[in-house]
Amino acid sequence: MYELKKLSRVYPKGRGKVTALKDISLVLQDGEFLTVQGPTGHGKTTLLLLLGGLDRPTSGSVVFDGHDLGALAESQLVDVRAQNFGFVFQNYNLMPTLTAAENVEAALVPLKIPTAPRRARSVAALADVGLADRAGHFPAELSGGEQQRVAIARALVKAPKVILADEPTGNLDEVTRGEIVALMERLWKERGMTLVVVTHDTQVAKRAPRTAIITNGTLALRVNRRKAGSGRPDPEAAAEPVES
Amino acid sequence: MYFRYLGRELRRRARSASVVAIGLALGVGLVITVTAAASGVKTAQAQVLHSLYGVGTDISVTKTATPGSAGGFRFRGGASTHSAPGQPFSRDRLSSAAGLTTIAETDVASISKLKGVAGATGALNLSSIHITGTFSGGAPSSSSSSASTTPFSVSTFTVGGVNADDPGLGPLSSSSLTSGTKVVSSWFKRVQQSSSSSDQLLALVNSSYAKQNKLKSGSTVTVAGTKLTVLGLVSTSATASVEDIYLPLSEAQKLASDAGKVNTIYVTAASASDISAVQTKIQHLLPKATVTTAADLASQVTGSISTAASLVDSLGVWLAVLVLLAAFVLAALLTTASVNRRVREFGTLKAIGWHSRRIVGQVLGESVVQGVIGGALGIGLGVLGAFLVTKVAPTLTATVGATGLGSGAAGAFGPGGRGGFGGGSGTGTGASHQSFTHTFAPATHTIPLHLTAPLSLGIFGLAVALAVAGGLLAGILGGWRAARLQPAEALRRVE
Repeated sequence: MYELKKLSRVYPKGRGKVTALKDISLVLQDGEFLTVQGPTGHGKTTLLLLLGGLDRPTSGSVVFDGHDLGALAESQLVDVRAQNFGFVFQNYNLMPTLTAAENVEAALVPLKIPTAPRRARSVAALADVGLADRAGHFPAELSGGEQQRVAIARALVKAPKVILADEPTGNLDEVTRGEIVALMERLWKERGMTLVVVTHDTQVAKRAPRTAIITNGTLALRVNRRKAGSGRPDPEAAAEPVES
Repeated sequence: MYFRYLGRELRRRARSASVVAIGLALGVGLVITVTAAASGVKTAQAQVLHSLYGVGTDISVTKTATPGSAGGFRFRGGASTHSAPGQPFSRDRLSSAAGLTTIAETDVASISKLKGVAGATGALNLSSIHITGTFSGGAPSSSSSSASTTPFSVSTFTVGGVNADDPGLGPLSSSSLTSGTKVVSSWFKRVQQSSSSSDQLLALVNSSYAKQNKLKSGSTVTVAGTKLTVLGLVSTSATASVEDIYLPLSEAQKLASDAGKVNTIYVTAASASDISAVQTKIQHLLPKATVTTAADLASQVTGSISTAASLVDSLGVWLAVLVLLAAFVLAALLTTASVNRRVREFGTLKAIGWHSRRIVGQVLGESVVQGVIGGALGIGLGVLGAFLVTKVAPTLTATVGATGLGSGAAGAFGPGGRGGFGGGSGTGTGASHQSFTHTFAPATHTIPLHLTAPLSLGIFGLAVALAVAGGLLAGILGGWRAARLQPAEALRRVE
């Protein structure tokens, strides 16, 4: 479970400062699917980075399963990330010199899993996203949709508690976008993990029971009624909007 | 995963990796070539010094003759002061080598007892002059102005009196034998162990002198009127400064009328660190003597070998250091630039849970492999460079100046000696005064040397160590950059 308490993040910019997030509080239940929407540069990615322990808050806290991510030492934070979080990026961020299977395998390296089971799990993860036959291909040999599937497989292979996706469909055409969102939704339902997706796309955003709307660093929660109740946790119970 | 990732990453950045490897290779190759050339120069210098000193000799002791002290020109072989005109004459003179005066043999014993001295032996280095001619009138006399001799001929050679009790030291050991080792050994045994007087009249002849004078084993040579049998020939390296004929020391002393005297003492110190102290002690023991160490002698060696040595020491070393530094800087810059281009990659790896140390290890590994490749290429370049130095380098010369061993000094043939040879006023050819002046003029000994660039495992080890060090340095800088990378920054940069 995530608990965000009066979370703020301020970046230095030149001689001044930019407040990316301002006193955000939010509780996210295990297994919840949350989409994050908002204009460009208003703090969506910053929120995702803080949720993933990739950045530290200027004030407030991000508590994940009892760990205050902002207070953990770097090496502990890395271990928390390795075991619990899977990331999916807009630009896929695959290693160009590694094959699809090796890219997926890279996520298991920090877990010190022996080579053979590591490879088996990678191939299985690729099969889950429909790319069993492309395991030996390099990213440059794959389409954008396929690369994003590889990125999803890399996020899923270690069976994380949380998947954090930053505009995963931002670089994809409409058809592929639908396929990727459907895939993520299916995996979320099947695996019971927490899914947070930052998106500009309202159609994508509405597929989650709740949407966090970030504007100028402040957060407002919107309950997507059509989806409410379709997910595992009760979004009404989980939502604690501080601003609307 | 580590090696697959490393290998593919290097292949992906083949051009940049090649530049780093070639840069390191150039630096390493230059270091190998310069080190090998320096080693060759040192070997050549050592050859010169050994030829002058004798292998294992650290210090030499001589006494420089003061003008007139060397004695005048003394005849042997029945010189008559009342020879009739037209009567042929033959004269021999055997005297201490030019510029040297004698030292009591007891001083050798005193030196050998000094603390820090491992061994000392005396030798008598002599010059022999043989004059034959016909009196045209008057008589040869040191003071007679009326003496007139014409024509006459002069031949000179050098003689080394070697102490057979110390075969490891002395002028014979300094001859850097290239052949004749067995005959020298046999000569030492016979001279040392035999009580037969004929064995004391055995001589060894330098092969080049033997060739000039058509001598061979069993031939007879005459030194100061005494006939000696040639036991064998000795060949020496081109750098050796040797005598033409070697005799047992006692026989040389007898022939030169220098019983109980030597003119060069060869000293070996117990260890290199003792040399300086031993030098001081000997100087204290023999205040008028010239005590020369290998280091002193090295400073007297001039000529192109000296220029080559200083060229290697200054320009060569600095050039190698500069190129190596440039290669290191290039490697570091390119590695850091490569890390900067891979910010998203490293940011992603950190995001999925890779520790910084693993990423640093990856960068370091890539750099070290580049360094090893550079080192291997550098060894190839260095071997080529050393080969070219050996093949193309001109013949160097080492010139030993007018001081120290092997030199002569004015005054050996100075005025005021016993029975000096008066300058003739004869009209014949071969006016001898010029010949004598030439013979006894301050000598400079020039030795041709072929510069080689010998390679050794140590040099290769140095090369590999340097290349790996270059790779490590670059990797550490690149790794440091990667370690400092914040994943949020890296991922945000993509945005």
